[in-house]
Amino acid sequence: MENAVYQYIVKRLFLMIPTLIGAAILVFFLLRLIPGDICELRMAGTGGYFDKEALAICQTELGLDQSIMVQFADFVWGFITFDLGNSMWTGQPIAEEISLRFHLSLQVAIMATLTAIFIAIPLGTISAIKQDTWIDYLVRAFSIAGIAMPSFWLGILIILGLLIGTQAYSGIPWMPPIQFVPIWEDPVHNISQLIWPAVATGYRYSAVATRMTRSTLLEVLREDYVRTARAKGLLEKVIINRHALKNAMLPVVTIFGIEFAFLMGGLVVTEQVFNLNGLGKLFVESVGNHDFTMTQALVMLVVTIFVFTNFIVDIFYAWLDPRIRYN
Amino acid sequence: MDARSESQSITGVELEEPAKSQSWLISVLDLTRRQPLGAAGAIIVIGMIFMAIFADFLAPFDPVVNNFEMMHVAPSAEHWFGTDQFGRDVLSRIIFGARTAMLVGFVSAFIGATLGLVLGVASAYFGGVFDLIFQRIMDVFMAFPLIIMALAVVSIFGTGVENLIIAITIPFVPRCARVVRSSALAIREIPYVDAARALGYSHRRIILRHMVPNVMAPYLIMITAFVGQAILLEASLTFLGLGVQEPTPAWGLMLQGGAEEYAESAPWMAIFPGLAISLAVFGFNLFGDALRDVLDPKLRAQ
Repeated sequence: MENAVYQYIVKRLFLMIPTLIGAAILVFFLLRLIPGDICELRMAGTGGYFDKEALAICQTELGLDQSIMVQFADFVWGFITFDLGNSMWTGQPIAEEISLRFHLSLQVAIMATLTAIFIAIPLGTISAIKQDTWIDYLVRAFSIAGIAMPSFWLGILIILGLLIGTQAYSGIPWMPPIQFVPIWEDPVHNISQLIWPAVATGYRYSAVATRMTRSTLLEVLREDYVRTARAKGLLEKVIINRHALKNAMLPVVTIFGIEFAFLMGGLVVTEQVFNLNGLGKLFVESVGNHDFTMTQALVMLVVTIFVFTNFIVDIFYAWLDPRIRYN
Repeated sequence: MDARSESQSITGVELEEPAKSQSWLISVLDLTRRQPLGAAGAIIVIGMIFMAIFADFLAPFDPVVNNFEMMHVAPSAEHWFGTDQFGRDVLSRIIFGARTAMLVGFVSAFIGATLGLVLGVASAYFGGVFDLIFQRIMDVFMAFPLIIMALAVVSIFGTGVENLIIAITIPFVPRCARVVRSSALAIREIPYVDAARALGYSHRRIILRHMVPNVMAPYLIMITAFVGQAILLEASLTFLGLGVQEPTPAWGLMLQGGAEEYAESAPWMAIFPGLAISLAVFGFNLFGDALRDVLDPKLRAQ
């Protein structure tokens, strides 16, 4: 029994390696297909005039004169040894450049997930219990609206609402702060900045999870053991909370895991609307700058988070449902 | 996303023969009664397609002509949805924007899902090493951040509708392939596939004539889901400046071009295009949900 779990984990861990290698190859060659050169860009920014010699020096400095295979080996070796190297654009260590932005994006993702959980599980449950009543239709419409509404548009509406609302209430329009401060330094400032993007994305993610909660709970409620519980004369509340919800949560947890991983890579648009200096913005900038090392590091970071979240979800799944690990 | 759960419920779907005696009109009415939300979705979808096709006749103004005497006009009898910072009629731009949205939505959903269908069935049919390698490649594309893919495609090929379609199609392929593959795995076990092979049919014929028709249900469900997602992605990428470029009317572009800047003084510029996107995606999702209920007997309410 213990051995089976152990074997499953090891097998699952090995499955992650090809995905990571594949992503590394993909990002490495995709970036090199983009026309343009970082050295030309850098020199064009500093004065406009540049000669071939200076260009060659710059390329040697950045290691761009080496063969593709050597560059690729360097990149993979750096990833394996957790040495992200320096940004080609700023020359600063990538780990330093990323840290504060990573903190911001991670916090928005966590807050969005929490928002989604608090919306999705109660609404999905009510919707399933009251199947095909007007409450059910209302919840379903609310959740489909969440999937339909672009989160960047919701973001624009939230900002608009804040401006108009505060203007009407106090006479002075209020906007969320622009500067990011870690939560332990100034929690009020931090939350008042990040709660809005979290709600804008969280509503969208709640929609997927609400529908999942509803459909799995509906399936579970038709199971024999629920009928048995009803026949025993248990309170409906006990049946839902103790018998049905627990079993219905499995796919819902999966959804939250996968959505969380997507969130880390998909915050670009929301960050743009709320003017946040997070990972998404850095992504766009580094691709535009032909900053290979930075883009590679960012892609590998997001892919690793994605793969690990999936891994944890699968392990969790196997732990809850023993049938899986024997297949 | 919910591919994992979908694949479980879709596995082993068998399409039911529709009753021949039932007249076409009665079955439509019956469906409307049983799937009121789906019928509402179908009406929105048909409306959007209608708008896209007949934009030239429906739009009251030219969507690309600037009129600097009519900038930021609030919604009125003449300009129902107001005008933008160049004096262009917002309603006309929304009507023409439907054309861009439907084009990108349908083309990328169809290509993405069809490639996924063929690859997914082939992967399930051949199995073994081919299946294993194929699955790992699909894993990579699933894990790869979509925005980066889009950024790369646009940086390599340039912006424009065709490249936008490429960028949106790529992530659809593995998602569809995964769902179709799990359905096809179940079908592969049914004896008629073995029978077809015993008769000496070619791989291509078995895949295209015997297996593909039996995974049509998940395929159709995926297509409708993808159209909605593609419209959203088109709007998001265009909003980021990676998609459709001015002056082509597109919903995402309308939200990008000054809508934020003028949000307080001209909120109609931000509100109506967003409503158009939401309504379109809403319609496709409602329709897709109903389609899933009809095609997937396991989820059908008893």
